[in-house]
Amino acid sequence: MKKEMLKFFIFATIIIIAPVFIKGGYLMNVLIFVGIYTILAVALNLLLGLAGQISLGQAAFFGLGAYLSGVLTATYTVNPWLSMVIAFVTVGVIAFIIGFPILKLRGHYLAMATLGMGIIVYIVFNETVDLTGGPSGLSGIPRLSIGGMIFDSDLKSYYLVWFFTIVVILLSINLASSRIGRALRAIHDSEVAARIMGVNARLLKVEIFTCSGMFSALAGSLYAHTVTFISPTSFGFNVSIELLTMVIVGGLGSIYGSFLGAAILTLLPEFFRAFQDYDIIVYGITLIVITMFMPGGLVRGVPFMVLSMYNKLRPASGSSGEGG
Amino acid sequence: MLKIEQVTKIFGGLKALSDISFSLAAGEITGIIGPNGAGKTTLFNVITGIYSPSSGRVFYEGKDITGFPPEKLARLSMVRTFQGIELFGQMTVLENVMVGLHTKSHSGIIASALKLPGHLREERRIRERASYWLEFTGIIDLATTEAANLPFGKGRLLEIARAMAIEPYIILMDEPAAGLNSRETSDLAELIKKIKDAGVTVALVEHDMELVMEICSRIIVLNLGHKIAEGTPREIQENEKVITAYLGED
Repeated sequence: MKKEMLKFFIFATIIIIAPVFIKGGYLMNVLIFVGIYTILAVALNLLLGLAGQISLGQAAFFGLGAYLSGVLTATYTVNPWLSMVIAFVTVGVIAFIIGFPILKLRGHYLAMATLGMGIIVYIVFNETVDLTGGPSGLSGIPRLSIGGMIFDSDLKSYYLVWFFTIVVILLSINLASSRIGRALRAIHDSEVAARIMGVNARLLKVEIFTCSGMFSALAGSLYAHTVTFISPTSFGFNVSIELLTMVIVGGLGSIYGSFLGAAILTLLPEFFRAFQDYDIIVYGITLIVITMFMPGGLVRGVPFMVLSMYNKLRPASGSSGEGG
Repeated sequence: MLKIEQVTKIFGGLKALSDISFSLAAGEITGIIGPNGAGKTTLFNVITGIYSPSSGRVFYEGKDITGFPPEKLARLSMVRTFQGIELFGQMTVLENVMVGLHTKSHSGIIASALKLPGHLREERRIRERASYWLEFTGIIDLATTEAANLPFGKGRLLEIARAMAIEPYIILMDEPAAGLNSRETSDLAELIKKIKDAGVTVALVEHDMELVMEICSRIIVLNLGHKIAEGTPREIQENEKVITAYLGED
């Protein structure tokens, strides 16, 4: 428990002081997106890593959050903070209603149903041109502000986004180690045994699906208000798959793993720009190598690798010591 | 306590249970025996809400509980264990038992995420109670072991500890001695007696006749989905129908 809190404080401190070393620039801008994708990956991880329920349509909630915020503020001039709250609650209600029928399904069928959900929502963004601007997108979304301060620079946006990211991480860590977290992990391992213990598996799955959807909507609102322009391609099927990759590369069930996954999948393409036309191939190979050699994700694989390398080196140094 | 009235369960065209009626007396250990395919596990699945019966009723403390889902029965203090143990493999031994205290705690998803003060107090209490049940079953020294890494015999004890954590009035055990060696089986017999002494009504499906004859005060015999006998261990041992069912006709 205490160790968990210490880990969290170290993490939060690093995030807070990071801008001092980065000194603005392009990387700062990329880190804002790392924050947004961390929220999304953590949200998916609550569903997939904790409860063992897959979703291939997470981008739908991300998009709904973004469009609700965007349309309410840009078209109807609602206060951005208020629109965020409205988006958060509305997506919660939608997720709860969709969750009941959809989470009756298991495994591949659940994957298909959530996939369908993602595609339907994507089509709605594209087709309701009057409301969303259709494929050409929605622009002129106002930035968030507190008092007179508008979050207009990369540095300000960084702190705005990461404030929410850190809150989401803290809530998720608490949840994972709680009675509810245990019940969800129990459902993951043996749903029938969990039910015998009195866990209402059906309702709890819907609740965590809702929670996951609401966090994703929050990420969507933040995206809309920091980028100020949204279009359907940011919320398509490939985004859902990318989120899934982040969670798996980082480590299923690990909250910090989701951060690692989000960071690596967002930063790698930037570093691989040097490979020019071949960047997508290098990117793909990197992901394959990580999943092949670290099936538990980076968060488990890296410490294991370091440990086994250390153990390999130690006997060598030990025997030389004996010799001398 | 528990009363089964003319329960029939049909799978496709196959009658797995036909017209089974009996009742369990409170505070006793009742054994349910029968050759393979007699319908014993099906009967447990019907009682604990994993299947609904095709016809017939199940009463529990005078209340009709036919078709109640397992999670609702847990709240009425009825619990079971499984033939092939069903543990939460990726969780520690202690955490497994803490899930057993789910019905004894109330923190919802919001209180848990916000770590409200009441939630912390409740967590501490859950942890203490869970430790108590690990001591009760004698596996407290394995508290931090991941359940998937337990040897089979210990896994069985964990399943019982977890079931006891819901503080059941009635516990149904599906072949608790299966896969145990003779030493583990005699320890199990002691544990089951201890559970009975704690005031819990026990029903067990079992193949180990020695165990059944030693600890059960009543025995119900099933064969091919029918109840063929009911009585004390001595009566059952002398029952012609039972002998025929087990050994075949001459």
